[in-house]
Amino acid sequence: MPGLRTVASKIGQLLFVLWAVATILFLMFRLMPGSPMAAFIDPTFTEEQQQALMRQFGLDRPLWEQYVIFLQNLLQFELGESFFYKESVARLVLQVFPNTLILTITSLILAYAVGILLGAFIAWKRGTWLEAVSIPIVLTTRAAPEFWVGMILLAFFSFELGWFPSGGAISAGAEFEGLIGRIFTRDFLVHLFLPTLTLAVYLHGLPLLLMRSTMIEVLDEDFVTMARMQGFGEWTVVIRHAARNALLPVATAFALGIGYAVAGNVVVETVFSWPGLGRLLVKAVQSRDYPLAQGAFLLIAFVMISMNMLADLLYRLLDPRVVHAG
Amino acid sequence: MPVDVSLDARPSDRVSVLRRVGQLVPLRDPFAAVGLLIYFVWILVAIFADQIATYDPTEILYGADYNLVADKGPSREYLLGTTTLGRDVFSQLVYGSRSALLVGMVAAVMVVGIGTLVGLVSGYFGGAVDSILMRLADIAFGIPFLPFVIVLAAFLEPSVWNVVLAMALVLWRDTARVIRSQVLTLRNRAFVEAARVAGSSHWRILFIHIAPNIMPLAVLYGSIAVGWAILAEASVSFLGFGDPTAVSWGFMLQDAYASQALSRSAYHWFVPPGIAIVLVVVAGFFVGRGYEELLFPKLRE
Repeated sequence: MPGLRTVASKIGQLLFVLWAVATILFLMFRLMPGSPMAAFIDPTFTEEQQQALMRQFGLDRPLWEQYVIFLQNLLQFELGESFFYKESVARLVLQVFPNTLILTITSLILAYAVGILLGAFIAWKRGTWLEAVSIPIVLTTRAAPEFWVGMILLAFFSFELGWFPSGGAISAGAEFEGLIGRIFTRDFLVHLFLPTLTLAVYLHGLPLLLMRSTMIEVLDEDFVTMARMQGFGEWTVVIRHAARNALLPVATAFALGIGYAVAGNVVVETVFSWPGLGRLLVKAVQSRDYPLAQGAFLLIAFVMISMNMLADLLYRLLDPRVVHAG
Repeated sequence: MPVDVSLDARPSDRVSVLRRVGQLVPLRDPFAAVGLLIYFVWILVAIFADQIATYDPTEILYGADYNLVADKGPSREYLLGTTTLGRDVFSQLVYGSRSALLVGMVAAVMVVGIGTLVGLVSGYFGGAVDSILMRLADIAFGIPFLPFVIVLAAFLEPSVWNVVLAMALVLWRDTARVIRSQVLTLRNRAFVEAARVAGSSHWRILFIHIAPNIMPLAVLYGSIAVGWAILAEASVSFLGFGDPTAVSWGFMLQDAYASQALSRSAYHWFVPPGIAIVLVVVAGFFVGRGYEELLFPKLRE
């Protein structure tokens, strides 16, 4: 078990990194070419709205005061007003966040289920033609741009065969009750299928290769030899004895994967017009909606940083050999 | 797992230095050989793009009947067909290799250069220098890369160099951490001790005695970084934040996507640029794998 001190120091590190990333973003948005007023106040706002925003963000004050106000606002999750939607940025990003989370988690589960099984199988079949063929194929799936895989799937399954819708998360006019009610409708699942598959094609390579290499190590260890000598069948040895122990690094990779996938989903969400955080960020930057871009970026960064920390703790928890220090 | 690339020789030996340089080209590994071959072919394509391409990639083509040659399928005249704006897909593909290789190589050199330097200094000197550099690495690990490139693109002029800049600012972190941990194990070895006793300066020890030992590891990360850079550049161009005047594979895919090539089943247009990207990126992985087997021989057995 990671001690209380380890957890406390990890949380300290998390807060430090969060603060640093937020500060970098603050400086980017205030010091980049173009006046900060222009970056935060849309000329189409009314005079009163402009005055209210100026006060709220302290845009008429010196930079350090603006910075203090920025941090205070951030702590209250007050991210300003979107130019384009004329709505609270916090509300907008939280509105699309579940979509990104659902897409990420489903594709990760699919990718890890397939990756772990295939990885264990390939490790077991080590040195055969199967291994020789599968490794280059897996490397190729990791080299293929996700949006290109998405485009091919879209062209074939959606436009050619008409099996799946070509984008979005729900059909126009579809009605549903609440978030949970929406997720389990056939309509939503049909929309979810192709983006999930696209992401899983890319994501399954890591758990597969990781599983394979740890399995190869574990299969050489004494307790596996013991199990073999006790006369257990080969498959029982592989699954019950070896695979269970090889899963540790894969579990850590899964937590890390959530963070990186939320950050990397940007292109796939755009290809499939999936109404998630990444697509919101792209649209915000395209329409120079600075407050929205900043809010979406901060939420993505927050998820990634928290997942990094969780993965780190998980790794310590699962592998007692890691020294409990810093 | 300790990575020891100087198993069989004293690192100060001249012979071993030569051998180490030899290790930089792990031709005996079939993967690495294939990877290097793919690189070689693409470099030739990029150099001789003028000769190979059948048209100017940005030229709008008109047929004998003075009509725009738009959305044509592959033919002898237009090897991979034409785009909606009447441009030759094959020629764009050939010219795209130039920006891809340029971005890939420059970004990889920068990422690995910065990462290696940080790792060497951090691991060797330790103490406050190490703490500061590793906190910086923590921060870099907290920046989501693709969103960062996109936000950067919002402020800077559209250019392929935005991706290189973003990579240099963020992605040195992985190389730095790995090199640092490697330097930590090398720092107290006998040959470093010997150099120290002999009166070598810190920088001499660092660059003459330690650096050559971590070279294969740096090249491993470099070969993977080439792939990342090309994928990142393609993604950014696809999202429309690239240089609209440069012909790149990502731009071709964006053009195809925006021109509804998908609904018209114009596979000849949007499949080839993706294959080109896959080939370059996978070549880096193959070369990297060659090093991995060299560095972690247990995997091969």
